Amino acid sequence: MNISDSAHPTGPSPRPSAATLEFREATKRYPGQTEPAVERLSLTVPAGEICVLVGPSGCGKTTAMRMVNRMIDITDGDILLDGQSVRERRPAELRRDIGYAIQQVGLFPHLSVADNIATVPRLLDWDRERIRARVDQLLELVSLDPEETRARYPAQLSGGQRQRVGVARALAVDPPLMLMDEPFGAIDPINRERLQNEFLRLQREIRKTVVFVTHDIDEAIKMGDRIAVLQKGGKLAQYAPPAELLMQPANAFVEDFVGSDRALKRLALQRVRDVDLWEAPLVRLGEPAAAVRGKLDNSEVPYALLVNDEGRPLGWLSDRALAGERITDELRSRPNPIIETDDILRDALSHLLAEEAQYAPVVDERGAVTGVLSIEILSHALKEDPEAVPSGADAL
Amino acid sequence: MNPLLAQVEIHKRTEDTCVSDNGFCPGWIADNFDRYMDPFFQHVLLTVVAVGIGFLISFTLALVAYRRRWLINPVTQVTGVLYTIPSIAAFFLLLPITGRGFVTATVALVAYVLLIIFRNVLTGLDNVPEETKDAGRGMGLTDRQLLWRVEIPLALPEIMAGLRIAATTTVGLATLAFFAGAGGLGEQIFADINFKSNVVVAGGLAVLLAGVLDAIILLTQRAITPWTRAVAAR
Repeated sequence: MNISDSAHPTGPSPRPSAATLEFREATKRYPGQTEPAVERLSLTVPAGEICVLVGPSGCGKTTAMRMVNRMIDITDGDILLDGQSVRERRPAELRRDIGYAIQQVGLFPHLSVADNIATVPRLLDWDRERIRARVDQLLELVSLDPEETRARYPAQLSGGQRQRVGVARALAVDPPLMLMDEPFGAIDPINRERLQNEFLRLQREIRKTVVFVTHDIDEAIKMGDRIAVLQKGGKLAQYAPPAELLMQPANAFVEDFVGSDRALKRLALQRVRDVDLWEAPLVRLGEPAAAVRGKLDNSEVPYALLVNDEGRPLGWLSDRALAGERITDELRSRPNPIIETDDILRDALSHLLAEEAQYAPVVDERGAVTGVLSIEILSHALKEDPEAVPSGADAL
Repeated sequence: MNPLLAQVEIHKRTEDTCVSDNGFCPGWIADNFDRYMDPFFQHVLLTVVAVGIGFLISFTLALVAYRRRWLINPVTQVTGVLYTIPSIAAFFLLLPITGRGFVTATVALVAYVLLIIFRNVLTGLDNVPEETKDAGRGMGLTDRQLLWRVEIPLALPEIMAGLRIAATTTVGLATLAFFAGAGGLGEQIFADINFKSNVVVAGGLAVLLAGVLDAIILLTQRAITPWTRAVAAR
């Protein structure tokens, strides 16, 4: 599982890059309260997987997460990290081994981006050169330009950039476990979707064990390899992979929490690249029109898609563009929406609906068209057996 | 030196009509500027020592009270009482204990700045965002590391604002320090309060000192809190 170390030769630690996390009847009781905040929570997160704790507010999900790094002390039971009890370790030292990212990010406003990221490496007395190299490496890992970003103060960053720096800071010493408390909760929907995709892509590379807290079941389904649904009082209602949660909710509470649109939510389990797309009738300017007309007759897509030399979509062609001998650039409409192969089907569907489109071009990372996605393909995907569907970071 | 004697001296030394009319006399000021130098430096010393000691005491008190919240009220009340005692009264109250001179004046001035700095330090620490502290603790900073690396640096703007108020106020109050026999510019002002040249020079020096101290603290603050101007730098 040492993918991060091999991909980045300057990677900081020889220790395993992911740990197994086990809650063993972990309980939190606050004095003066009859009901425990978390009650006998038992679950195991295998190394390298994302476990999402989800539930309504007051269900104890954040409390459960904060017991792991002893920000909240355990009343009864235990939490084991690679078999070792967290109760046996001094809190400050334990925390340096566990990445910590929260919704409000909590960057230090008085420190530059580089100094923020260097916080834990400095606590562990890394030498300057190693810290400098690691900071740049991490900034690149979270898609920020080191040259441009490292000397900035948090106030000079956008919300999305701050969140990325927060993740980089949490990853600074390559901890085997990450705790993330609604890390994308304060971001606008468009950027949240982007950050979620980015994190899943990153996770495919670094393979950390992650405890991810959210109140949003859609985010849970998208991010989790396993989802723990908690109900009030910190009781575990169900712990299962997303597909199982959607197909076989353990009780009425889970069924209700997951929502009546369970079938629709299954669209979050698949990515555009997982389904069979229609072949796009691609044309370039100046092509002989007769050949294109022939191509269209055999295509499921009724209109030809004009692309540039790099294969990027320019627009759907009108009939008049095909009328002459050579293709002209008379567009019927712009190619909106443009779907990416990494998008989950749910997001793709909502893009289609927003643009009132029946179908849309799908592009790869370079922006080149690889096919066409239609409402028809999506409705077909809904009928498929979700048990066969991969989840979380594996879906990438 | 007896204030009355000083008054007689100033007038005896000259036959200048401007001076005998108690006017504003640039010539006299130029000739007599030297006589203000010693009181000026006494004044600087009084102010700097009082604010310095006051800062050390109240900063320490604030750090202790920040962790032990129950101390906030008693400390605020005691320093609040000290703040309201008129400094002239304080000078005379202290006479039997510390006698006349620099120590008495300093003690009274220190007592006066405690409340200002204590409250500003505490406000600055209390205003550190909760999520910043949470992130710091979550990353493994000990309480002490959090205090010195995060909370105090972030409280600096308020702390420095407290210092500025304390410094300018103390320059003003120190003009009364001669009642405690500690000299300073006040001694010069009251030495011949009817003589415009004298009052303008001595008073002007006090105002100048307040302005310069304020500017020094402000510039220091700007130098040590570069992040507070980061938004404009974008």
